[in-house]
Amino acid sequence: MTLSKTEKPLTVTEDGGYLPGTHPDLPPPASVHGPVHWIQYNLFGSVTNTALTLLTIYFLYTVIPQLVDWIYLDAAFEGESRKDCRAVANGACWAFIGNRLSLFIYGFYPEAERWRVDLTFVLLILALVPVLYDGTPQRGKALIYSCLYPLIAAFFLVGGFGLERVPTDQFGGLMLNIIIGVTGIAFSLPIGILLALGRQSHLPIVRILCVSFIEFIRGVPLITLFFVAAVMLSYFVPPGTNFDLLVRILIMGTLFASGYMAEVIRGGLQAIPKGQYEAADAMGLKYWQSMRKVILPQALKISIPGIVNTFIGLYKDTTLVIVIGRLDILGIGNSSLADSKWQGLSTEVYVFVAIFFFISCFSMSRYSLWLEKKLHTGH
Amino acid sequence: MTTAENQAGETRGTDAPNILLRLWRNKDTRSVILQILTISLLFAFIAYIVNNAILNLEALGKTFSFDFLGMSASYDINQRLIEYTSQSTHFRAMLVGLLNTGLVAFFGVITATILGFLFGIIRLSHNWIASRMVYCLIEVIRNVPVLLHILLIHGIIVHVLPSPRQALYVGDSIFLSNRGLTIPNPVFGDDFSYSVFAFFAAIGIIIYFRRWARKVRDDTGKIYPVFLISLGILIGLPLFVFLITGAPLTWELPKLGRFNLKGGVTMIPEFLALWLALSVYTSAFIAEIVRSGILAINKGQWEASQAVGIKRGRILQLVIIPQALRVIIPPLTSQYLNLTKNSSLAIAIGYMDIVATIGGISMMQTGKEMESMILVMGVYLSISLGISAIMNWYNKRIALVER
Repeated sequence: MTLSKTEKPLTVTEDGGYLPGTHPDLPPPASVHGPVHWIQYNLFGSVTNTALTLLTIYFLYTVIPQLVDWIYLDAAFEGESRKDCRAVANGACWAFIGNRLSLFIYGFYPEAERWRVDLTFVLLILALVPVLYDGTPQRGKALIYSCLYPLIAAFFLVGGFGLERVPTDQFGGLMLNIIIGVTGIAFSLPIGILLALGRQSHLPIVRILCVSFIEFIRGVPLITLFFVAAVMLSYFVPPGTNFDLLVRILIMGTLFASGYMAEVIRGGLQAIPKGQYEAADAMGLKYWQSMRKVILPQALKISIPGIVNTFIGLYKDTTLVIVIGRLDILGIGNSSLADSKWQGLSTEVYVFVAIFFFISCFSMSRYSLWLEKKLHTGH
Repeated sequence: MTTAENQAGETRGTDAPNILLRLWRNKDTRSVILQILTISLLFAFIAYIVNNAILNLEALGKTFSFDFLGMSASYDINQRLIEYTSQSTHFRAMLVGLLNTGLVAFFGVITATILGFLFGIIRLSHNWIASRMVYCLIEVIRNVPVLLHILLIHGIIVHVLPSPRQALYVGDSIFLSNRGLTIPNPVFGDDFSYSVFAFFAAIGIIIYFRRWARKVRDDTGKIYPVFLISLGILIGLPLFVFLITGAPLTWELPKLGRFNLKGGVTMIPEFLALWLALSVYTSAFIAEIVRSGILAINKGQWEASQAVGIKRGRILQLVIIPQALRVIIPPLTSQYLNLTKNSSLAIAIGYMDIVATIGGISMMQTGKEMESMILVMGVYLSISLGISAIMNWYNKRIALVER
């Protein structure tokens, strides 16, 4: 049925009513739709709900203005000591952070060599792009670079071959967190996959070994492993050899994350229906082929949230190196508090470090959500 | 298939490499070979590091023994639940540390659970503003390292709170200052044991009552307000006994001395900081577990219960929560374990837990690194494995019986 635009259908009867079936759609009444209803339903639906709303508003009303005052409005951004800060403002004394920003980032890395850290960091971002984003041009070649990146980073940071050597005990601050975090993340995933496969293996001895390793790692706190790295590991190498504390920390951090990673991936492997394993076998694929082409791509996809949570956990745990005397960003902050010029500014330091960690961890979890959505194939 | 392979091997001849190749091609023998290889590599590795350890210990003139546990520790511990002086042994110090770990873990688990369930439920409520606020709170809490929480709260208690003389107080019984939280100390009379006895009796009665109420519910459909009655018995019975035995309990109130508070029980700042930080940090994770557990229940369960005409509160109690608990409890216990393991960060603020005592000062004093670390790890490992074993048993018991 076609109607020309000028010729409107006659729907209104002479007394102003509508012919049957021609009443235009009216918007739903305000009591079930629209902002008024929304507010009524979501904020003041019942007595408890109203109480909760009022309580929340009161809480926000008392906390937010004070917080904004302290962080920004009444804060001092310049000054040479705590006294300077207090002279201009009663809130946070960010001048402290500003004055020591380079310490927070580079630790005790020699000032003349700091460009190497910056360069490593830029290269890190370049190495991450092809890993994180699959639309990268020439992704295959770029991934080779990403795989080689740890060697390049080690070369620039430690030196040798023409560059001045920097002892690893001068590493510190944010740089240390990133080194431990990135190493752990990069190596714990493959080790975790192997452990998870080992745990499901048909070979009893391999299975027992993997289970004991995983249970051991998950049963002890990370700081005891760091203690082992600091005081005990040197007993197990031949007398006279001395291997770097940072390397020992990296090994322990990686092993720790692998134990947790293995459990996350095992969950993924168990969620794959048995038919997939059987289908892969029926195709005549060998064990490693079926894992690589059929099982792991699916298992890893469903374990993404767990994997990223493990990454975030490891990244946050990098702060624990403070207990064996290495100063990461938190350790630097903590030890700066001893400076008599700046005494009593612990809250500023901790809030600054907290903001830093929040930004990095939150963006990681957002990335995982995005990846999950992108890989979701809808079944 | 094996016979075919055997024949293939025979036609190729029987020189040594071929036998090996044949064994390798057979699935069963290959797995045996692989396992023998694995185990011999493992033993070689263990022999290698043990040998290194022996050589290293010899070079340092140390021995491997746990004798040091019997020696005098000669250091003080700022919070002790059992008697301990600096003359006590290292073993005693370790026990004190273990109890301190247990104390903070126990209180932490309770408050983390309460906070976590509260957050999780608010997060699910219709209330937009409250659920948004809790969402932001949870994201901030769990994206910040737990060590930072501990240091921040410790810093606030020690640097921001006033000295004992200007302590914040509630009435004349609770004082909060930079020396910690001081509360009245209960002094138990002789007859107080009757009330304790009554308390345990009440628990017994409640267990019996719940079974009975459940049976009545299954048989007749009649539902008693089990929770309220249980709570009534739990509080009422001991209270009644307490009153008829003449209220044998007095409170020793803290008094303001010249420099410090005297009397009462003081929770030291280290304990407070650790307790609060661990509860807050863990509660954020528990909230997410609770939320996802309740969301995991199929919407059809809600709709079916509504269709049968059950009230909203009863739906939660009878249909949703029993099913959600099945999803919630396994990750919840792993959070409890995490909390216990995270309590080892106590060493960063000087709370004397098991790591700080035997793995810290005792180790430094005696130089027994290996022995101390083995003890500390052994303790944590047995706690974790013990709780995992209980959980596996529990999971089997409550697992959905599929038909």
